[in-house]
Amino acid sequence: MKVLVPGIAGRLGRMLAERLIEEGHDVIGIDRRPLRDPPPGVEVHELDIRKRAAEEVFRRVRPNAVIHLATVTHLVVRSEDRYRINLGGTRAVFEHSAAYGVEHVVFVGRHTYYGAAADSPLFHVEDEPPMGLSSFPQLADLVAADLYAGSALWRYSSFVTSVLRMVYTLGPTGHGTLATFLRGARVPTILGYDPLFHFMHEEDVVRALVTTLEARPRGVFNVAGPQPVPLSVIIEETGRTNVPLPGPLLGAALGRFGLPRLPRGALEHIRYPITVDASSFKRATGWAHAIDERAAMRAYREAFPPPLPH
Amino acid sequence: MRLPLPIDPEVRARVDRLELPWNDLGIDPYGISKDYLAAYFTALRFFYRRYFSVEAHGLEHVPKRGRVMLVGNHSGGVALDGVMVIGSMFFDMEPPRVAQGMVEKFLNKIPFASQISSRLGHLTGIPEHAERLLADERMLMVFPEGARGTAKLYRERYSLVNFGSGFMRLAQKMKTPIVPFAFMGGGEAVPTISNAVTLGKLLGVPYVPVTPWLVALPLPAKLEVYYSEPMSFEGTGSEEDEVVNANVEKVKERIARLIEIGRKRRRGEP
Repeated sequence: MKVLVPGIAGRLGRMLAERLIEEGHDVIGIDRRPLRDPPPGVEVHELDIRKRAAEEVFRRVRPNAVIHLATVTHLVVRSEDRYRINLGGTRAVFEHSAAYGVEHVVFVGRHTYYGAAADSPLFHVEDEPPMGLSSFPQLADLVAADLYAGSALWRYSSFVTSVLRMVYTLGPTGHGTLATFLRGARVPTILGYDPLFHFMHEEDVVRALVTTLEARPRGVFNVAGPQPVPLSVIIEETGRTNVPLPGPLLGAALGRFGLPRLPRGALEHIRYPITVDASSFKRATGWAHAIDERAAMRAYREAFPPPLPH
Repeated sequence: MRLPLPIDPEVRARVDRLELPWNDLGIDPYGISKDYLAAYFTALRFFYRRYFSVEAHGLEHVPKRGRVMLVGNHSGGVALDGVMVIGSMFFDMEPPRVAQGMVEKFLNKIPFASQISSRLGHLTGIPEHAERLLADERMLMVFPEGARGTAKLYRERYSLVNFGSGFMRLAQKMKTPIVPFAFMGGGEAVPTISNAVTLGKLLGVPYVPVTPWLVALPLPAKLEVYYSEPMSFEGTGSEEDEVVNANVEKVKERIARLIEIGRKRRRGEP
Protein backbone atom coordinates (compact mmCIF):
# COMPACT_ATOMS: atom_id res chain seq x y z
CA MET A 1 0.00 0.00 0.00
CA LYS A 2 1.18 3.56 -0.68
CA VAL A 3 0.93 5.52 2.56
CA LEU A 4 1.35 9.30 2.68
CA VAL A 5 2.41 10.76 6.03
CA PRO A 6 2.09 14.53 6.48
CA GLY A 7 4.12 15.50 9.56
CA ILE A 8 6.72 12.75 9.02
CA ALA A 9 9.67 14.72 10.46
CA GLY A 10 8.39 14.47 14.04
CA ARG A 11 9.56 11.69 16.34
CA LEU A 12 6.33 9.79 15.92
CA GLY A 13 6.36 10.26 12.13
CA ARG A 14 9.81 8.80 11.86
CA MET A 15 8.95 5.75 14.00
CA LEU A 16 5.77 5.23 12.01
CA ALA A 17 7.67 5.43 8.70
CA GLU A 18 10.17 2.82 9.86
CA ARG A 19 7.41 0.49 10.95
CA LEU A 20 5.44 0.92 7.71
CA ILE A 21 8.55 0.13 5.64
CA GLU A 22 9.08 -3.02 7.73
CA GLU A 23 5.51 -4.02 6.99
CA GLY A 24 6.24 -3.70 3.28
CA HIS A 25 4.42 -0.44 2.52
CA ASP A 26 5.64 2.42 0.34
CA VAL A 27 6.02 5.52 2.50
CA ILE A 28 5.85 9.07 1.21
CA GLY A 29 6.39 11.89 3.69
CA ILE A 30 5.56 15.58 3.65
CA ASP A 31 6.87 18.06 6.21
CA ARG A 32 7.94 21.70 6.43
CA ARG A 33 10.79 20.59 8.64
CA PRO A 34 13.73 18.66 7.18
CA LEU A 35 13.92 14.95 8.01
CA ARG A 36 17.56 14.18 8.73
CA ASP A 37 18.75 10.74 7.50
CA PRO A 38 15.33 9.49 6.50
CA PRO A 39 14.80 5.74 6.95
CA PRO A 40 15.87 3.91 3.76
CA GLY A 41 13.07 3.62 1.23
CA VAL A 42 11.11 6.64 2.42
CA GLU A 43 10.38 9.38 -0.12
CA VAL A 44 10.40 12.75 1.65
CA HIS A 45 9.13 16.10 0.38
CA GLU A 46 10.19 19.14 2.35
CA LEU A 47 7.22 21.41 1.79
CA ASP A 48 4.15 22.86 3.43
CA ILE A 49 1.05 20.66 3.20
CA ARG A 50 -1.03 23.77 2.46
CA LYS A 51 1.04 24.73 -0.62
CA ARG A 52 0.31 23.80 -4.20
CA ALA A 53 3.39 21.55 -4.40
CA ALA A 54 1.77 19.23 -1.84
CA GLU A 55 -1.18 18.72 -4.13
CA GLU A 56 1.31 17.71 -6.84
CA VAL A 57 2.57 14.96 -4.53
CA PHE A 58 -0.98 13.63 -4.12
CA ARG A 59 -1.54 13.83 -7.90
CA ARG A 60 1.66 12.04 -8.80
CA VAL A 61 1.82 9.43 -6.01
CA ARG A 62 -1.92 8.67 -5.68
CA PRO A 63 -1.59 7.22 -2.18
CA ASN A 64 -3.98 4.54 -0.94
CA ALA A 65 -3.97 5.88 2.59
CA VAL A 66 -2.99 9.08 4.44
CA ILE A 67 -1.96 9.25 8.10
CA HIS A 68 -2.19 12.91 9.07
CA LEU A 69 0.27 13.75 11.86
CA ALA A 70 0.82 17.40 10.95
CA THR A 71 -0.95 19.19 13.79
CA VAL A 72 0.91 21.27 16.37
CA THR A 73 0.20 22.27 19.98
CA HIS A 74 0.61 25.62 21.72
CA LEU A 75 3.84 24.23 23.16
CA VAL A 76 5.45 24.12 19.71
CA VAL A 77 3.91 27.06 17.89
CA ARG A 78 2.89 29.95 20.12
CA SER A 79 1.49 32.32 17.52
CA GLU A 80 -1.90 32.48 15.86
CA ASP A 81 -0.19 30.69 12.99
CA ARG A 82 -1.12 27.50 14.80
CA TYR A 83 -4.73 27.97 13.63
CA ARG A 84 -3.69 28.13 10.00
CA ILE A 85 -1.39 25.12 10.28
CA ASN A 86 -3.87 22.91 12.09
CA LEU A 87 -7.03 23.84 10.25
CA GLY A 88 -5.64 24.79 6.83
CA GLY A 89 -3.42 21.72 6.81
CA THR A 90 -6.23 19.36 7.79
CA ARG A 91 -8.49 20.86 5.14
CA ALA A 92 -5.82 20.36 2.46
CA VAL A 93 -5.32 16.71 3.48
CA PHE A 94 -9.03 15.91 3.15
CA GLU A 95 -9.59 17.85 -0.07
CA HIS A 96 -6.60 16.31 -1.84
CA SER A 97 -7.58 12.89 -0.56
CA ALA A 98 -11.03 13.29 -2.14
CA ALA A 99 -9.58 14.59 -5.40
CA TYR A 100 -6.88 11.95 -5.88
CA GLY A 101 -8.55 8.68 -5.01
CA VAL A 102 -7.31 8.05 -1.47
CA GLU A 103 -9.19 5.14 0.18
CA HIS A 104 -8.50 5.80 3.86
CA VAL A 105 -7.62 8.95 5.85
CA VAL A 106 -6.44 8.70 9.46
CA PHE A 107 -6.51 11.93 11.49
CA VAL A 108 -4.32 11.69 14.58
CA GLY A 109 -5.80 13.92 17.28
CA ARG A 110 -5.44 14.21 21.02
CA HIS A 111 -7.42 13.14 24.08
CA THR A 112 -7.10 16.66 25.51
CA TYR A 113 -10.04 17.38 23.16
CA TYR A 114 -12.33 16.60 26.13
CA GLY A 115 -10.78 19.18 28.45
CA ALA A 116 -10.15 18.93 32.20
CA ALA A 117 -12.68 20.24 34.72
CA ALA A 118 -13.91 19.58 38.26
CA ASP A 119 -17.13 17.97 37.07
CA SER A 120 -15.90 16.06 34.01
CA PRO A 121 -16.24 12.28 34.05
CA LEU A 122 -13.39 9.80 34.13
CA PHE A 123 -13.09 7.73 30.93
CA HIS A 124 -14.63 9.99 28.33
CA VAL A 125 -16.54 8.39 25.48
CA GLU A 126 -16.37 9.58 21.89
CA ASP A 127 -19.78 11.23 21.68
CA GLU A 128 -19.02 13.78 24.41
CA PRO A 129 -18.63 17.42 23.32
CA PRO A 130 -15.38 19.30 24.10
CA MET A 131 -15.94 21.02 27.45
CA GLY A 132 -12.54 22.50 28.25
CA LEU A 133 -12.35 25.46 25.88
CA SER A 134 -13.56 28.17 28.25
CA SER A 135 -10.71 27.49 30.67
CA PHE A 136 -8.10 26.64 28.05
CA PRO A 137 -8.74 28.58 24.80
CA GLN A 138 -5.32 27.60 23.43
CA LEU A 139 -6.83 24.21 22.64
CA ALA A 140 -9.48 25.64 20.33
CA ASP A 141 -7.61 25.03 17.08
CA LEU A 142 -6.94 21.39 17.90
CA VAL A 143 -10.53 20.84 18.97
CA ALA A 144 -11.72 22.51 15.77
CA ALA A 145 -9.35 20.37 13.67
CA ASP A 146 -10.71 17.24 15.39
CA LEU A 147 -14.33 18.21 14.73
CA TYR A 148 -13.49 19.27 11.17
CA ALA A 149 -11.84 15.90 10.54
CA GLY A 150 -14.94 14.23 11.98
CA SER A 151 -17.11 16.11 9.51
CA ALA A 152 -15.33 14.24 6.70
CA LEU A 153 -17.34 11.22 7.85
CA TRP A 154 -20.44 12.70 6.21
CA ARG A 155 -18.82 14.98 3.65
CA TYR A 156 -16.78 12.33 1.84
CA SER A 157 -18.07 8.91 0.92
CA SER A 158 -15.20 8.09 -1.46
CA PHE A 159 -12.84 7.23 1.41
CA VAL A 160 -12.98 5.90 4.97
CA THR A 161 -12.17 8.41 7.72
CA SER A 162 -10.71 7.38 11.10
CA VAL A 163 -10.40 10.14 13.70
CA LEU A 164 -8.16 9.02 16.57
CA ARG A 165 -7.97 10.76 19.94
CA MET A 166 -4.68 9.55 21.33
CA VAL A 167 -3.64 9.72 24.98
CA TYR A 168 -0.22 11.17 25.91
CA THR A 169 2.85 9.27 24.74
CA LEU A 170 5.65 8.37 27.11
CA GLY A 171 8.76 6.49 26.14
CA PRO A 172 12.44 6.62 25.26
CA THR A 173 12.15 9.36 22.60
CA GLY A 174 10.90 11.79 25.24
CA HIS A 175 8.48 13.14 22.68
CA GLY A 176 5.13 14.67 23.61
CA THR A 177 3.45 16.98 26.07
CA LEU A 178 3.72 14.76 29.15
CA ALA A 179 7.31 13.72 28.45
CA THR A 180 8.29 17.38 28.04
CA PHE A 181 6.55 18.30 31.28
CA LEU A 182 8.54 15.62 33.13
CA ARG A 183 11.92 16.58 31.66
CA GLY A 184 13.42 18.50 34.59
CA ALA A 185 14.62 17.14 37.94
CA ARG A 186 11.76 18.85 39.73
CA VAL A 187 8.21 18.69 38.45
CA PRO A 188 5.72 21.31 39.67
CA THR A 189 2.28 20.09 40.73
CA ILE A 190 -0.67 21.79 42.38
CA LEU A 191 -0.83 21.24 46.12
CA GLY A 192 -3.85 19.15 47.05
CA TYR A 193 -4.48 17.79 43.55
CA ASP A 194 -3.17 14.58 42.02
CA PRO A 195 -5.03 13.84 38.78
CA LEU A 196 -4.89 10.59 36.87
CA PHE A 197 -2.83 10.81 33.67
CA HIS A 198 -3.52 8.56 30.71
CA PHE A 199 -0.50 7.71 28.55
CA MET A 200 1.02 4.91 26.53
CA HIS A 201 4.39 3.88 25.17
CA GLU A 202 5.24 5.37 21.76
CA GLU A 203 5.73 1.91 20.25
CA ASP A 204 2.15 1.10 21.18
CA VAL A 205 1.08 4.37 19.53
CA VAL A 206 2.83 3.33 16.30
CA ARG A 207 1.31 -0.16 16.47
CA ALA A 208 -2.14 1.37 16.98
CA LEU A 209 -1.65 3.48 13.84
CA VAL A 210 -0.53 0.49 11.77
CA THR A 211 -3.50 -1.53 13.08
CA THR A 212 -5.83 1.33 12.12
CA LEU A 213 -4.40 1.20 8.62
CA GLU A 214 -5.12 -2.52 8.37
CA ALA A 215 -8.56 -2.57 10.01
CA ARG A 216 -9.85 0.69 8.42
CA PRO A 217 -12.36 1.48 11.17
CA ARG A 218 -14.80 4.25 10.20
CA GLY A 219 -15.58 6.81 12.91
CA VAL A 220 -14.13 8.64 15.89
CA PHE A 221 -12.11 6.58 18.36
CA ASN A 222 -10.31 7.14 21.65
CA VAL A 223 -6.99 5.32 21.66
CA ALA A 224 -5.47 4.24 24.99
CA GLY A 225 -3.71 1.15 26.27
CA PRO A 226 -2.80 0.71 29.95
CA GLN A 227 -4.85 2.19 32.79
CA PRO A 228 -4.20 5.80 33.87
CA VAL A 229 -1.88 6.59 36.79
CA PRO A 230 -1.84 9.50 39.29
CA LEU A 231 0.63 12.25 38.37
CA SER A 232 2.52 11.87 41.67
CA VAL A 233 3.19 8.22 40.85
CA ILE A 234 4.48 9.11 37.37
CA ILE A 235 6.84 11.64 38.94
CA GLU A 236 8.09 9.09 41.46
CA GLU A 237 8.45 6.23 38.98
CA THR A 238 10.39 8.40 36.53
CA GLY A 239 12.77 9.41 39.34
CA ARG A 240 11.74 13.06 39.53
CA THR A 241 11.00 15.19 42.57
CA ASN A 242 7.44 16.34 43.09
CA VAL A 243 7.23 20.04 43.97
CA PRO A 244 3.65 20.76 45.08
CA LEU A 245 2.81 24.47 45.04
CA PRO A 246 -0.46 26.15 45.97
CA GLY A 247 -2.49 26.78 42.79
CA PRO A 248 -2.42 30.60 42.79
CA LEU A 249 1.32 30.61 43.52
CA LEU A 250 2.06 28.19 40.69
CA GLY A 251 -0.04 30.32 38.34
CA ALA A 252 2.03 33.39 39.20
CA ALA A 253 5.34 31.52 39.04
CA LEU A 254 4.86 30.07 35.53
CA GLY A 255 7.56 31.27 33.20
CA ARG A 256 9.83 32.19 36.14
CA PHE A 257 12.29 30.25 38.35
CA GLY A 258 12.96 27.75 35.57
CA LEU A 259 9.31 26.74 35.34
CA PRO A 260 7.85 26.35 31.86
CA ARG A 261 5.84 29.23 30.43
CA LEU A 262 2.38 27.74 30.12
CA PRO A 263 -1.02 29.28 29.51
CA ARG A 264 -3.18 29.46 32.65
CA GLY A 265 -5.53 26.88 31.17
CA ALA A 266 -2.76 24.29 31.13
CA LEU A 267 -2.92 24.28 34.94
CA GLU A 268 -6.36 22.67 34.69
CA HIS A 269 -4.61 19.68 33.13
CA ILE A 270 -2.50 19.11 36.23
CA ARG A 271 -5.47 19.78 38.52
CA TYR A 272 -8.10 17.49 36.97
CA PRO A 273 -7.78 14.26 35.01
CA ILE A 274 -8.46 13.55 31.35
CA THR A 275 -8.91 9.82 30.86
CA VAL A 276 -10.62 8.03 28.00
CA ASP A 277 -12.56 4.86 27.31
CA ALA A 278 -10.86 3.16 24.37
CA SER A 279 -13.09 0.08 24.25
CA SER A 280 -14.72 0.93 20.93
CA PHE A 281 -11.33 1.27 19.21
CA LYS A 282 -10.27 -2.09 20.62
CA ARG A 283 -13.52 -3.70 19.45
CA ALA A 284 -13.26 -2.17 15.97
CA THR A 285 -9.61 -3.09 15.36
CA GLY A 286 -8.68 -5.89 17.76
CA TRP A 287 -5.68 -3.83 18.89
CA ALA A 288 -4.27 -4.29 22.41
CA HIS A 289 -1.31 -2.59 24.04
CA ALA A 290 1.95 -4.52 24.46
CA ILE A 291 3.72 -2.28 27.00
CA ASP A 292 2.14 -1.55 30.36
CA GLU A 293 2.20 1.74 32.24
CA ARG A 294 5.07 0.74 34.50
CA ALA A 295 7.30 -0.36 31.63
CA ALA A 296 6.56 2.89 29.76
CA MET A 297 7.58 4.97 32.81
CA ARG A 298 10.72 2.87 33.24
CA ALA A 299 11.65 3.29 29.56
CA TYR A 300 11.33 7.05 29.89
CA ARG A 301 13.40 7.08 33.07
CA GLU A 302 16.18 5.04 31.46
CA ALA A 303 16.32 7.29 28.41
CA PHE A 304 16.04 10.48 30.47
CA PRO A 305 17.61 9.94 33.88
CA PRO A 306 16.65 12.78 36.18
CA PRO A 307 19.16 15.63 35.73
CA LEU A 308 21.19 16.24 38.89
CA PRO A 309 19.98 19.37 40.68
CA HIS A 310 22.75 21.94 41.20
CA MET B 1 2.18 5.97 46.79
CA ARG B 2 4.14 6.18 50.01
CA LEU B 3 2.26 8.17 52.64
CA PRO B 4 3.72 9.51 55.87
CA LEU B 5 0.92 7.88 57.87
CA PRO B 6 0.77 4.86 60.17
CA ILE B 7 -0.53 1.63 58.63
CA ASP B 8 -1.71 -1.29 60.73
CA PRO B 9 -0.49 -4.67 59.38
CA GLU B 10 -3.90 -6.29 59.96
CA VAL B 11 -5.61 -3.54 58.01
CA ARG B 12 -2.99 -3.89 55.29
CA ALA B 13 -3.73 -7.61 55.07
CA ARG B 14 -7.45 -6.86 54.63
CA VAL B 15 -6.65 -4.34 51.90
CA ASP B 16 -4.70 -7.09 50.14
CA ARG B 17 -7.84 -9.25 50.19
CA LEU B 18 -9.95 -6.68 48.35
CA GLU B 19 -11.01 -8.01 44.97
CA LEU B 20 -10.23 -5.02 42.77
CA PRO B 21 -8.15 -5.01 39.55
CA TRP B 22 -4.94 -3.55 41.00
CA ASN B 23 -1.91 -2.83 38.83
CA ASP B 24 1.69 -3.53 39.96
CA LEU B 25 1.74 -0.26 41.86
CA GLY B 26 -1.41 -1.03 43.86
CA ILE B 27 -3.64 1.37 41.95
CA ASP B 28 -6.90 0.45 40.25
CA PRO B 29 -8.14 1.99 36.96
CA TYR B 30 -10.19 4.62 38.84
CA GLY B 31 -7.16 5.71 40.83
CA ILE B 32 -8.04 3.91 44.07
CA SER B 33 -4.78 3.39 45.96
CA LYS B 34 -4.04 0.49 48.30
CA ASP B 35 -1.76 2.71 50.36
CA TYR B 36 -4.44 5.35 50.80
CA LEU B 37 -7.00 2.71 51.75
CA ALA B 38 -4.63 1.15 54.29
CA ALA B 39 -3.84 4.51 55.93
CA TYR B 40 -7.49 5.54 55.89
CA PHE B 41 -8.86 2.34 57.41
CA THR B 42 -6.07 2.30 59.99
CA ALA B 43 -7.25 5.70 61.17
CA LEU B 44 -10.92 4.74 60.89
CA ARG B 45 -10.58 1.54 62.90
CA PHE B 46 -10.42 3.33 66.26
CA PHE B 47 -13.57 5.29 65.48
CA TYR B 48 -15.38 2.33 63.96
CA ARG B 49 -14.56 -0.19 66.70
CA ARG B 50 -14.12 1.95 69.81
CA TYR B 51 -15.37 5.52 69.64
CA PHE B 52 -18.72 4.73 68.03
CA SER B 53 -18.52 0.92 68.42
CA VAL B 54 -20.45 0.52 65.19
CA GLU B 55 -22.73 -2.51 64.92
CA ALA B 56 -23.65 -3.85 61.49
CA HIS B 57 -26.72 -6.09 61.28
CA GLY B 58 -27.86 -8.18 58.32
CA LEU B 59 -24.50 -8.37 56.56
CA GLU B 60 -25.55 -11.74 55.14
CA HIS B 61 -27.85 -9.79 52.78
CA VAL B 62 -24.94 -7.98 51.15
CA PRO B 63 -23.60 -9.75 48.02
CA LYS B 64 -19.95 -10.75 48.34
CA ARG B 65 -19.16 -9.79 44.77
CA GLY B 66 -20.78 -8.31 41.70
CA ARG B 67 -22.59 -5.03 41.12
CA VAL B 68 -24.81 -3.79 43.92
CA MET B 69 -26.19 -0.52 45.27
CA LEU B 70 -26.37 0.15 49.00
CA VAL B 71 -29.23 2.61 49.45
CA GLY B 72 -29.98 4.23 52.79
CA ASN B 73 -30.99 7.20 54.91
CA HIS B 74 -28.79 10.10 55.87
CA SER B 75 -28.18 10.51 59.58
CA GLY B 76 -25.91 13.14 61.09
CA GLY B 77 -24.88 16.53 59.72
CA VAL B 78 -21.46 15.42 58.53
CA ALA B 79 -20.70 12.40 56.35
CA LEU B 80 -20.51 10.09 59.37
CA ASP B 81 -23.10 7.71 57.90
CA GLY B 82 -21.22 7.18 54.66
CA VAL B 83 -17.89 6.76 56.44
CA MET B 84 -19.28 4.07 58.76
CA VAL B 85 -21.11 2.17 56.00
CA ILE B 86 -17.81 2.08 54.10
CA GLY B 87 -16.19 0.92 57.36
CA SER B 88 -18.69 -1.91 57.83
CA MET B 89 -18.10 -3.18 54.29
CA PHE B 90 -14.36 -3.18 54.92
CA PHE B 91 -14.13 -4.41 58.53
CA ASP B 92 -17.12 -6.75 58.79
CA MET B 93 -17.57 -8.32 55.34
CA GLU B 94 -15.75 -11.48 54.31
CA PRO B 95 -14.03 -10.85 51.93
CA PRO B 96 -13.94 -7.09 52.51
CA ARG B 97 -15.41 -4.79 49.87
CA VAL B 98 -14.92 -1.14 48.92
CA ALA B 99 -18.21 0.75 48.94
CA GLN B 100 -17.80 3.63 46.51
CA GLY B 101 -19.68 6.81 47.31
CA MET B 102 -20.70 9.59 44.98
CA VAL B 103 -19.39 12.91 46.27
CA GLU B 104 -20.89 16.36 45.79
CA LYS B 105 -19.41 18.34 42.91
CA PHE B 106 -18.15 21.17 45.14
CA LEU B 107 -15.70 18.79 46.80
CA ASN B 108 -13.58 18.49 43.67
CA LYS B 109 -12.78 22.19 43.79
CA ILE B 110 -11.32 21.98 47.31
CA PRO B 111 -7.61 21.12 47.45
CA PHE B 112 -6.87 17.72 49.10
CA ALA B 113 -10.57 16.83 49.30
CA SER B 114 -10.64 15.88 45.64
CA GLN B 115 -7.31 14.06 45.82
CA ILE B 116 -8.16 12.05 48.94
CA SER B 117 -11.72 11.15 47.98
CA SER B 118 -10.70 9.92 44.53
CA ARG B 119 -7.79 7.82 45.89
CA LEU B 120 -10.33 6.15 48.21
CA GLY B 121 -12.76 5.46 45.35
CA HIS B 122 -15.37 8.17 45.87
CA LEU B 123 -15.94 9.85 42.53
CA THR B 124 -17.93 12.94 41.60
CA GLY B 125 -21.64 12.22 41.69
CA ILE B 126 -22.44 12.18 37.98
CA PRO B 127 -24.47 9.48 36.18
CA GLU B 128 -21.51 8.51 33.97
CA HIS B 129 -19.48 7.46 37.00
CA ALA B 130 -22.29 5.50 38.62
CA GLU B 131 -23.03 3.55 35.44
CA ARG B 132 -19.41 2.78 34.76
CA LEU B 133 -18.75 1.54 38.29
CA LEU B 134 -21.77 -0.78 38.17
CA ALA B 135 -20.77 -2.05 34.72
CA ASP B 136 -17.42 -2.93 36.34
CA GLU B 137 -19.26 -4.94 39.06
CA ARG B 138 -18.46 -2.48 41.85
CA MET B 139 -20.40 -1.64 45.02
CA LEU B 140 -22.05 1.77 44.97
CA MET B 141 -23.27 3.59 48.08
CA VAL B 142 -26.19 5.97 47.51
CA PHE B 143 -28.10 8.34 49.78
CA PRO B 144 -31.18 9.29 47.74
CA GLU B 145 -32.08 12.06 50.18
CA GLY B 146 -29.02 13.98 48.99
CA ALA B 147 -27.87 17.12 50.80
CA ARG B 148 -31.47 17.61 52.06
CA GLY B 149 -30.89 14.47 54.12
CA THR B 150 -27.67 15.50 55.82
CA ALA B 151 -29.32 18.82 56.74
CA LYS B 152 -31.85 17.06 59.00
CA LEU B 153 -32.12 18.58 62.49
CA TYR B 154 -31.96 16.58 65.73
CA ARG B 155 -35.74 16.37 66.14
CA GLU B 156 -36.09 15.15 62.54
CA ARG B 157 -33.35 12.54 62.90
CA TYR B 158 -35.51 9.49 62.22
CA SER B 159 -37.64 11.02 59.47
CA LEU B 160 -36.97 10.56 55.78
CA VAL B 161 -37.03 13.50 53.39
CA ASN B 162 -37.86 13.22 49.69
CA PHE B 163 -35.98 10.55 47.76
CA GLY B 164 -34.59 11.38 44.33
CA SER B 165 -35.43 8.87 41.60
CA GLY B 166 -32.08 8.82 39.80
CA PHE B 167 -30.83 5.82 41.80
CA MET B 168 -33.87 3.76 40.78
CA ARG B 169 -33.53 4.55 37.08
CA LEU B 170 -29.86 3.61 37.37
CA ALA B 171 -30.62 0.32 39.16
CA GLN B 172 -33.21 -0.61 36.53
CA LYS B 173 -31.00 0.34 33.60
CA MET B 174 -27.95 -1.44 34.99
CA LYS B 175 -29.91 -4.48 36.31
CA THR B 176 -28.43 -3.93 39.74
CA PRO B 177 -29.82 -5.26 43.03
CA ILE B 178 -30.51 -2.66 45.72
CA VAL B 179 -29.60 -3.46 49.32
CA PRO B 180 -31.61 -1.01 51.47
CA PHE B 181 -30.08 -0.02 54.79
CA ALA B 182 -30.96 2.11 57.79
CA PHE B 183 -28.29 4.12 59.55
CA MET B 184 -29.03 4.81 63.22
CA GLY B 185 -27.41 7.13 65.73
CA GLY B 186 -25.92 9.84 63.52
CA GLY B 187 -28.47 12.31 64.88
CA GLU B 188 -27.33 11.60 68.44
CA ALA B 189 -23.65 11.85 67.52
CA VAL B 190 -24.11 15.16 65.71
CA PRO B 191 -27.28 16.75 67.12
CA THR B 192 -27.80 19.55 64.63
CA ILE B 193 -29.84 22.44 65.97
CA SER B 194 -29.38 24.65 62.93
CA ASN B 195 -27.61 24.83 59.59
CA ALA B 196 -25.52 27.91 58.81
CA VAL B 197 -26.08 28.50 55.11
CA THR B 198 -24.32 31.86 54.81
CA LEU B 199 -21.20 30.58 56.56
CA GLY B 200 -21.29 27.59 54.23
CA LYS B 201 -21.36 29.87 51.21
CA LEU B 202 -18.28 31.66 52.47
CA LEU B 203 -16.49 28.33 52.87
CA GLY B 204 -17.68 27.00 49.51
CA VAL B 205 -19.88 24.22 50.96
CA PRO B 206 -23.72 23.96 50.95
CA TYR B 207 -24.09 24.64 54.73
CA VAL B 208 -22.32 24.17 58.07
CA PRO B 209 -24.17 22.17 60.76
CA VAL B 210 -24.37 23.88 64.16
CA THR B 211 -24.61 21.80 67.35
CA PRO B 212 -25.25 22.85 70.98
CA TRP B 213 -21.45 23.08 71.36
CA LEU B 214 -21.28 24.98 68.04
CA VAL B 215 -18.90 22.87 65.95
CA ALA B 216 -19.99 19.54 64.50
CA LEU B 217 -17.59 17.34 66.47
CA PRO B 218 -19.42 14.01 66.86
CA LEU B 219 -20.19 12.60 70.34
CA PRO B 220 -19.37 8.95 70.97
CA ALA B 221 -22.97 7.80 70.37
CA LYS B 222 -23.62 4.19 69.41
CA LEU B 223 -23.98 3.86 65.64
CA GLU B 224 -25.77 1.00 63.93
CA VAL B 225 -26.39 -0.09 60.35
CA TYR B 226 -29.24 -2.45 59.42
CA TYR B 227 -28.91 -4.07 55.99
CA SER B 228 -31.89 -5.90 54.51
CA GLU B 229 -32.53 -8.37 51.67
CA PRO B 230 -31.66 -7.16 48.15
CA MET B 231 -34.52 -5.77 46.06
CA SER B 232 -34.55 -6.14 42.28
CA PHE B 233 -36.60 -4.05 39.87
CA GLU B 234 -37.51 -4.88 36.28
CA GLY B 235 -37.34 -2.32 33.49
CA THR B 236 -34.91 -0.20 31.53
CA GLY B 237 -34.81 2.97 33.63
CA SER B 238 -36.57 5.03 30.98
CA GLU B 239 -40.10 4.33 32.27
CA GLU B 240 -42.55 7.09 33.14
CA ASP B 241 -42.14 8.93 36.43
CA GLU B 242 -45.13 7.20 38.07
CA VAL B 243 -43.66 3.75 37.50
CA VAL B 244 -40.21 4.73 38.78
CA ASN B 245 -41.56 6.68 41.73
CA ALA B 246 -43.66 3.70 42.80
CA ASN B 247 -40.48 1.63 42.93
CA VAL B 248 -38.69 4.39 44.86
CA GLU B 249 -41.54 4.33 47.41
CA LYS B 250 -41.02 0.58 47.93
CA VAL B 251 -37.37 1.17 48.83
CA LYS B 252 -38.25 4.13 51.02
CA GLU B 253 -40.88 2.07 52.88
CA ARG B 254 -38.38 -0.71 53.47
CA ILE B 255 -35.87 1.78 54.91
CA ALA B 256 -38.57 3.38 57.08
CA ARG B 257 -39.43 -0.08 58.44
CA LEU B 258 -35.76 -0.80 59.16
CA ILE B 259 -35.55 2.50 61.05
CA GLU B 260 -38.58 1.52 63.15
CA ILE B 261 -37.03 -1.85 63.99
CA GLY B 262 -33.81 -0.08 64.91
CA ARG B 263 -35.57 2.48 67.13
CA LYS B 264 -37.37 -0.24 69.05
CA ARG B 265 -34.11 -2.04 69.59
CA ARG B 266 -32.46 1.16 70.78
CA ARG B 267 -35.28 1.72 73.27
CA GLY B 268 -34.82 -1.85 74.48
CA GLU B 269 -38.16 -3.10 73.17
CA PRO B 270 -38.36 -6.58 71.61
